[in-house]
Amino acid sequence: MFGIRYIGNTHIPHFKRTASLASIDLPTPKSVLVPMLQHIGAPAAPIVQPGDTVEIGQKIAEAAGYVSSPIYAPICGTVDKFEEYLRPDGRKVQAIRINWNGEVKFHHSVQPKDIYSLDDLITAARESGVVGLGGAGFPLAVKLDVLRKNAIDTVILNGAECEPYITSDTRTMIDRADDVRQGVELLIRTAPAVKKYIIGIEKNKPEAIKTMRETFKDLSCVTVKALPQRYPQGAEKVLIYNTVRRVVPEGKLPSDVNVLVLNITSMAVLAKYCRTGMPLVRKSVTLDGSAVASPKNIKAPIGTSIKEIIEFGGGTTGEVGKILLGGPMMGSAVASADEPITKTTGAITILSKEDVQLPNETSCIHCGRCAEACPHLLKPLLYSNSLELTDKEEKMKILDKNKIMLCVECGSCSFVCPAGRPLVLNNKIAKSEYRAYTEEMKKKGGM
Amino acid sequence: MENLIVSSSPHIHSRATTRNIMRDVVIALLPATVAAIVLFGFKAALMIAVCVASAILSEFFFSLIAKKKQTIGDLSAVVTGLLLALNLSTKVELWQCMLGSMFAIIIVKCVFGGLGKNFANPAITGRIFLVIAFGAVAGGAHTVFTPEISAGATPLEIIKSGSGTLPSLFNMLIGNRGGAIGETCAIALIIGFVYLLCRKVISWHIPVVFVGTVFVLSLIVKQDLTIALYEVLGGGLLIGAIFMATDYVTSPMGRLAKVIFAFGCGVITVLIRFWGSYPEGVSFAILFMNILSPYIEKIHIIKPLGGIKNVKK
Repeated sequence: MFGIRYIGNTHIPHFKRTASLASIDLPTPKSVLVPMLQHIGAPAAPIVQPGDTVEIGQKIAEAAGYVSSPIYAPICGTVDKFEEYLRPDGRKVQAIRINWNGEVKFHHSVQPKDIYSLDDLITAARESGVVGLGGAGFPLAVKLDVLRKNAIDTVILNGAECEPYITSDTRTMIDRADDVRQGVELLIRTAPAVKKYIIGIEKNKPEAIKTMRETFKDLSCVTVKALPQRYPQGAEKVLIYNTVRRVVPEGKLPSDVNVLVLNITSMAVLAKYCRTGMPLVRKSVTLDGSAVASPKNIKAPIGTSIKEIIEFGGGTTGEVGKILLGGPMMGSAVASADEPITKTTGAITILSKEDVQLPNETSCIHCGRCAEACPHLLKPLLYSNSLELTDKEEKMKILDKNKIMLCVECGSCSFVCPAGRPLVLNNKIAKSEYRAYTEEMKKKGGM
Repeated sequence: MENLIVSSSPHIHSRATTRNIMRDVVIALLPATVAAIVLFGFKAALMIAVCVASAILSEFFFSLIAKKKQTIGDLSAVVTGLLLALNLSTKVELWQCMLGSMFAIIIVKCVFGGLGKNFANPAITGRIFLVIAFGAVAGGAHTVFTPEISAGATPLEIIKSGSGTLPSLFNMLIGNRGGAIGETCAIALIIGFVYLLCRKVISWHIPVVFVGTVFVLSLIVKQDLTIALYEVLGGGLLIGAIFMATDYVTSPMGRLAKVIFAFGCGVITVLIRFWGSYPEGVSFAILFMNILSPYIEKIHIIKPLGGIKNVKK
C-alpha cells in the first residue's frame, strides 16, 4: 500500500507538437555572441584577439581547469570585441562577438579522431567541447572520467525529455540514431567493465522508442526502457531510481552507486566529433510555446540571438509574456530577446501574457499536494513555512531535518500548489541560507 | 518583444486553486443538501441559508475590522457554513444556527489567522459549541415523511437506550430517520465521496479507515452485524468521515499518517458511543484527533529519497 514503483508524480501538459518535425538549419547569422561560460565549472579562457579571423570549428577559448570546457568558433568571421554578458542566473561573464564574413569554411583542425582507448575517448570528449546538453552543462569529459575511477556497471542514456514542448532529444533519437549507436559503440569498445546500457525514454515518444529499439536490436547489452509520463522523469536521480532501482544518497554522485547518466544528444555529438572532428558549434533547439506562430526545431550556431531564431521560425503571435531558455518547468526567463543561445539551450519557449500571470498567492491550506508531487519525497511546505521563522537555529534545524539540500528545483511543488505559493523560489532561498549557515558552522568548528 | 516578464521557474501552473477545491467540496455536498431539504422541509432550507450567510458575513466583517485581506472569495466560509448546517437538527433555532456559524468562523478560524492556521475544523467545533451550550442538537428531529416517530429518537439514541423501534436499513440508506439534517441520507453522502475521489480532492484513506474502524469495533463489541451497520449509517459518521475528518488544514499529510489519524477517530467514536454519556461521538473524535494531527505527522516521517541519517556530533 505504501510502496513506490516509480518516483516522479506530477502530471504536466506535454505539448510535444514539434516531435514530428525534423530540425531545419538556420542560415548563418550576421553575428554571434559566444559566452565563455556555457557549462558548470570555470569559464573558458579566450585565445583569440579582437581583429582575428576565425573559421568554423576553430578553438577560440581554452578550458580553464579540470571542470571546464573549450569553446569553438560557430561561424567564419572576425572577432569583433569582447563583451560582458549577463547570464539568466545573474552571473556576469566575458563573451566574444564574432561578425560573419560571408564565408562557410571549416578550420583545418577539424579532422577525424581515432579512438583506441578510454583515455582517447575522454580526451576527445574534452576537446569536443561537449557538456551535458540536457541543461545542466556538466562537462562530458568529467562525467566520462568516472569510468576510469569508479566501478561503473550501468550507463543510462537520458532521453526522457520530460519538460513540456521540448523535442530536441526526441529528434536526436529519430534523426541521428546512427550517431547515438556510434556513441554507445565507442563506450562498449573502450569501457568493457560496463555491463549494461539503458536508454530511458518517456512513453509519449513512441517514434523515438521504436527507432532506438530498431537501432540497438542486435546489441544485447542495450535496453530501451519506456518510462511513464511523469514529471520529472529526466531528473538524474529520478531516472536512476526508475531504471535500475538504485538510490543515490544525499551528497553523493551517481558514480557512488556505480551508475553513469549521460544525455543522449551529448553522446551523439561526441560520436560525430570522433567521426568528423567537428566540435560542438551548432545546437538544435525547439522553438515552441503558446505565443509561437509555428513551432519548429531549428539548428543554429551557438551564440545566435534568440530574436534571430524567432524571426526565422515565423515569429510570435499575440502578446509575448515571457521568453524562456529551456522549458517552462525549469527554464530561465530572459530579459531580452538579444541574448544568445548556448551549448545547453534545448529550447526557446515563448509564453503568452495570459499564460504567465503569476497565481494569486494565498495561505497554505496544508493539502499536501507539494509533498505528493515531490520526486524526492520532501515536504516543500515545511521549507516555505520555516522561512517565516525568526529563530535562525530553529529554522536551520527544520531545513536540516527535512533535507532541503535534496531539492532538485524541478518545479513540481510550485506547479501543483493550489495556494499559488512560490515554493521552488522559497526552496532556493532556503537552500542558500542553509548553505551559508553550514559554511559558517564549519568555520566556527575549525577554529 | 518589449517588457518581457522575468521570474523564477516554474513558468506554468496547474489550474488547482484553493477556491476550486472548496467549490468541489460544495458540489460534493449538494446531494446531501438537496436530501436535507427534501427530508426535513423548509426549516432545513432556512437553516442552511442562515448558516452559510452568517459564515460569509462573519468572515467579511472580521477581515474588515481586523484590516486583513478579504478572503471570502476562497469559498471556505461557504463550506464551513454549509457543513455546520448539515450537522444540526431541525430542533435548533435559527439564532442558534447563526451563533454557531459566527463561533466557527470567528473564534475557531479567523482569530487564529484564517484559513490554514486553524488547529481544529471550524464546522465541527461550531457544532460542539452548540451541543455543549444548548444540549442535544442532533437528537429529537424527525423527517417530514415519518412524523409519528417520537421525539428524541435517533437510531443511536434508540440503540443506546434500548427502547423504541429502529428504522429499517432501507430508510437508513435513503435518510428517512431522525438526526441532523445532512447526516441521514447515506446515499447522497456516498455520491459526494465518489465525486471528491474522482476530482482527487481527497484520498480514500481517512473516510474508509474511519468508517471501517467503527464498523469492525462495533462488530467486536456488540457481536451483531445489524447493530454494526446501524452504527455506520446512523449518527454523523459518514458526513464526518467524508467531509470533516478529511479537512486538509486539520488532518495530517502522508498516507500512513492519515490512516493513523482515521483509526484514532474511529476508536474514540466507538468509545464515546458505547461508554460515553453522549449517543454520538464523531464530532468529539474528530476534534480530538485534529489536535493530535501535527504530532501524528511528526511520528510518521516520510523518508526522503536519498536522505541519510544525520550523524550526531
